[in-house]
Amino acid sequence: MSDIFVLAEHRQGELREVTLEMLTMAGQLGGSVTAVLFGSGVDDFAGKCASFADKVIYVDDPMYENYNSAAYQAALVELIKAEKPGLVLIGNTGQGVDLGPSLAVELDLPYASDVVSISMEGDKPVATRQYYGGKLNGRIEFKDADTYIIAVREAAMPAGEGGKSGEIVKTDNPVTSEITVKRFLEYVEAAIGEVDITQSTVLLAVGRGIREDKNMPIMEELAQAMGADLAASRAVVDAGWLPQDRQVGISGKSVKPKLYVAVGISGAFQHVTGIKGADLVVAINKDPDAPIFQYADYGIVDDLFKVVPALTDKLKEMKG
Amino acid sequence: MNVVVCVKQVPDTSDPDTEVHIDSSGRDVDRSKFSFVINDADNYAVEEAILLKEKHGGEVTVVNIGPETANQVIRMALAKGGDSAVRLEDEKFEFSDAITTARLLAAAVKDLGCDIVMTGCMASDDGYTAVGVALAQILGLPHAAMVKSVEVVEEGKLKVGRELEGGLMEMMEIQTPCVLTLQTGLNEPRYASFKGIRAASKKEIKLMDLAATGLPEDQVGETGSKSVMVQYSVPEVGELAEILEGDASETSVKLAGILKEKGLV
Repeated sequence: MSDIFVLAEHRQGELREVTLEMLTMAGQLGGSVTAVLFGSGVDDFAGKCASFADKVIYVDDPMYENYNSAAYQAALVELIKAEKPGLVLIGNTGQGVDLGPSLAVELDLPYASDVVSISMEGDKPVATRQYYGGKLNGRIEFKDADTYIIAVREAAMPAGEGGKSGEIVKTDNPVTSEITVKRFLEYVEAAIGEVDITQSTVLLAVGRGIREDKNMPIMEELAQAMGADLAASRAVVDAGWLPQDRQVGISGKSVKPKLYVAVGISGAFQHVTGIKGADLVVAINKDPDAPIFQYADYGIVDDLFKVVPALTDKLKEMKG
Repeated sequence: MNVVVCVKQVPDTSDPDTEVHIDSSGRDVDRSKFSFVINDADNYAVEEAILLKEKHGGEVTVVNIGPETANQVIRMALAKGGDSAVRLEDEKFEFSDAITTARLLAAAVKDLGCDIVMTGCMASDDGYTAVGVALAQILGLPHAAMVKSVEVVEEGKLKVGRELEGGLMEMMEIQTPCVLTLQTGLNEPRYASFKGIRAASKKEIKLMDLAATGLPEDQVGETGSKSVMVQYSVPEVGELAEILEGDASETSVKLAGILKEKGLV
């Protein structure tokens, strides 16, 4: 395997964990690992990447202070053409999905997105990605190419310990003209509502399984009996049944309650990523194959419209 | 403001009763028991396209790659306010990867002269999260992915919000024409009216086969794809939860007991 490029990802002054996860993953594939970092005043990120890589190529320019995929793409095209890595890893993140496909098209290279694992067969990567919301895995093989571009799912594997001391090479910005097609304006933080679910001790999370807005009252009643705050999966927030500040998962909040009861939630990785910090997880879902049961400590496979009222009654009765 | 919106018909896997089984080829799933719906994110894209048309005028063109049964999702988008439609179908398109799919869409979109091309940010079946952004590059247009807000600033310029991890919004200014991939939850998709449905049933859906795309055969389908899904498998299942057995009255008593014992309620 020739060189593996890993695109470092950072935002609001922090190097994102997915960078170290990808560097760790790349290190297990054989070959030399190069972290590619674009930023402004990010010497410390370069140092951090160096402990996970054999080499860090690093461009320091105000152009990269905030993310702009057009700037990143222009720079990566030049670096990939010059260095000819065999494999390029990009995070399948809000930043990476805005970059990977167009980069692959511009360079006419094979691309696979949201990949959960990579193995080398000969000198070619073979990727595994998920289909149908995680119900199936698919094996992805690539046509022969000089470079393969793969977007790796966040938290697909944990970051290792590091311990390398890669060479740090600061290079001139390969992008010499101003990027005008799009421009970063600002970040807008998600609003915090009346309840901050990241601080809740007990959460009752509601998913698509409740089917209709008019079924919310039975969930509210259970929440009250449990002494829980209500949380939600993306589907429930998209439908407007609960406000966005109650959303748990990658695009919502990461929570750390003592008890998390997931009702009618299938457990797509986008959701369960947000409940890693929960102490005890209980799932109520009628689908015995729902992935949520892989993350739960206790499960009830049944119709939630039978279990929820019964549980509410029982808890009320216990309180007296 | 002319908008093209790309829609995909997908199996309705949001229903917990929908089971996904690998077929005998190992490369596809058994579709015989599926019900089909518009992809969730595409449904929001259709709504956003129609909202823009209502506010700024112009036309909405619906583009789809799919079999004749996909006319159902096309007609629904037309019923909600779409003006015209193109459907691409050819057996040679099968097993196209994300980039090849984008190439097909580009063939249909390139001569439509639109200001914005919209797609959903992700399809619920293959989860590529890639077609729209690839489409932008093929068309030579700028793009923004995972868009959760769209605002017309002035002629030729949009302000869009991209949804990042943790609900953080990245606000960008982008020139038109451009491609936006839209995230779920950015609007409230409407229902079609009876009048709209009746009108849509009379609208023509223009068909495009391989010849009509003008693409060489080696640029489409599996032959034209640089990444190929060769084999589905059922993921290994980790350690499962302890399942509480019994009917609802029994399981709720058991669960309440466990929670009480652990001091959680």
